[in-house]
Amino acid sequence: MSNNTVPSNKPVKSTDLHIGEAAPGCKKRDPILVADGVSRTFGGLKAVDVDHVEIPRGAITALIGPNGAGKTTLFNLLTGFDKPDTGSWTFEGRPLSGMPAFKVARMGQVRTFQLTKALGLLTVMDNMLLGAKGQAGENLFRAVFPFFWSKQEEANRVRALDILERFKLDSKKDDYAASLSGGQRKLLEMARALMSEPSLVMLDEPMAGVNPALTQSLLDHILNLKAEGMTVLFVEHDMHMVRHIADWVIVMAEGRVVAEGDPHEVMRNPAVIDAYLGQHHDEDLGEDPAAEEERVEAIKELLD
Amino acid sequence: MIDWGAIFSNAAVELISPTTAAYALAALGLAIHFGYTGLLNFGQAGFMALGAYGFAISTLSFGFPVWGAVLVGIGASVIFALILGIPTLRLRADYLAIVTIAAAEIVRLLFTTNTFQSFTGSANGLSGYKGGFAGLNPIPEGRYGFGPFEYNEYDWWLRIVAWSIVALACLFTWQIMRSPWGRVIKGIREDEDAVRALGKNVYSYKMQSLILGGAFGTIAGMIFVLPRAVVPSNYQTSLTFFIYAILLLGGASTILGPVIGSMVFWVLLSFFSGFIARAVEAGWIPFITSIQAGQLRFILVGVAIMLIVIFRPQGIFGNKKELAFVK
Repeated sequence: MSNNTVPSNKPVKSTDLHIGEAAPGCKKRDPILVADGVSRTFGGLKAVDVDHVEIPRGAITALIGPNGAGKTTLFNLLTGFDKPDTGSWTFEGRPLSGMPAFKVARMGQVRTFQLTKALGLLTVMDNMLLGAKGQAGENLFRAVFPFFWSKQEEANRVRALDILERFKLDSKKDDYAASLSGGQRKLLEMARALMSEPSLVMLDEPMAGVNPALTQSLLDHILNLKAEGMTVLFVEHDMHMVRHIADWVIVMAEGRVVAEGDPHEVMRNPAVIDAYLGQHHDEDLGEDPAAEEERVEAIKELLD
Repeated sequence: MIDWGAIFSNAAVELISPTTAAYALAALGLAIHFGYTGLLNFGQAGFMALGAYGFAISTLSFGFPVWGAVLVGIGASVIFALILGIPTLRLRADYLAIVTIAAAEIVRLLFTTNTFQSFTGSANGLSGYKGGFAGLNPIPEGRYGFGPFEYNEYDWWLRIVAWSIVALACLFTWQIMRSPWGRVIKGIREDEDAVRALGKNVYSYKMQSLILGGAFGTIAGMIFVLPRAVVPSNYQTSLTFFIYAILLLGGASTILGPVIGSMVFWVLLSFFSGFIARAVEAGWIPFITSIQAGQLRFILVGVAIMLIVIFRPQGIFGNKKELAFVK
């Protein structure tokens, strides 16, 4: 589609992440997450069937692919929200398979959701505080006596306010999360995930349903995560975003990893073009091409 | 002519009656379940029955002291909560609702069946277990009070103990709900997957909530039987629904809601029944017999609840702001 979208404020890309040729399942120099033989079927449909995949540490990895490629299912499997039929995976060298979601999160691998899960009738601040790890006051018996937890609570509050300021949500801290706009909820969800000081942040379609003005700020936040030393794995549909911020791209189609590589090369890969052409043949039937063009233009402008 | 004085004083008596306290405590337990955690427990009557029978049976059949009998009741309700929770808390909220309503009926029918008559007294129920509790009474014999609130020493002792327990339970609930524990619990009500993704063991928290609210229901069941006898037919599903009515009346996720809700509920119920009975006697409502009048009060309660849900769905103490975002 477009080949002139290299933005002026180009983010610093991590390179030299892989060993050998950039092929599906290729080895990484320093993988944070390694998965082997992961499969999941729904009835007769094989939603995920990944032989081997490694996520490089300290980089932004995009997981792309047409609708129904199994991206979100793979996310759910890796984070313990779903159980695979077969397969095993390790996170920072420790086996994770079969571990419940809350333990996965405690190990430093936090996720967000495609459909934003802001806790509506909790204030923004309470949403944030919920993200903090190892809270003494979350034990029922200690909860009764504030001196066990009030100091820790105060420290968490300061940290939460600091993160909220970065996400420009500090003025909303006493409002119900339900009163935020869709984009602000995405920001809140990401900010909340940061409260747990994760080492791997997994974002499921962070840009879905976000207006273009907020998109830029979300992109900056994702780049900041990397700058702070976190590893990011995100699912995204929009190729421009991917090209803009991702250091590494993993392409899925029909449950399999069909290509891997740096964003510019991978999009020239015939397997990827096939996967996406297939999707566009299906999708464009009902869509208004003029509106689509307009949207792409708007995003391009923002990215520049 | 209608004796308005008697109607009002009978209604006022309900304000501090032990039954009102028992319903308030049971509703507070339900507030923990439903209002704060989002657990649809329709078996609060079962928890109350376990409290009543646990207390009565361990006193009558095994000669336990009061504290032992109380512990037996609470122990039984913890086991009941575990049995209910282990299979259902991993599933969607609706399943807990179905299982609890069935389990509460099973408990009631087990207490009603003739098989265990020597322990449970079957349909006749149990009485004569109050000696231990009355023995702890420090108030000297006599009648105390003023106006409609004039009772003997046992009735005062019972009211003081009952309302002290309610006050302590309110303080306890208020404290834990403003702690990080309460924050996790309220987060689970909003979206348990989000809370899980933040590293909280949602299953364990739901179980703690179920046990805690159930224990409140159990203690309520003990208070409930101290001014009367243990009768199995008291623990029908309708008991659970009255408690839900109280909870919604007061405000589902509030501390004082269940207490004030219970007072309003019982005062109104007593007022309606007194008024209707006397109005029928006086010939004001010619098409109703006095037997029908007894049932009419529950119809009026139903209408009142409907009006509350329509015009003040957040309850007396609920936060109007919350309502703006209810889907």
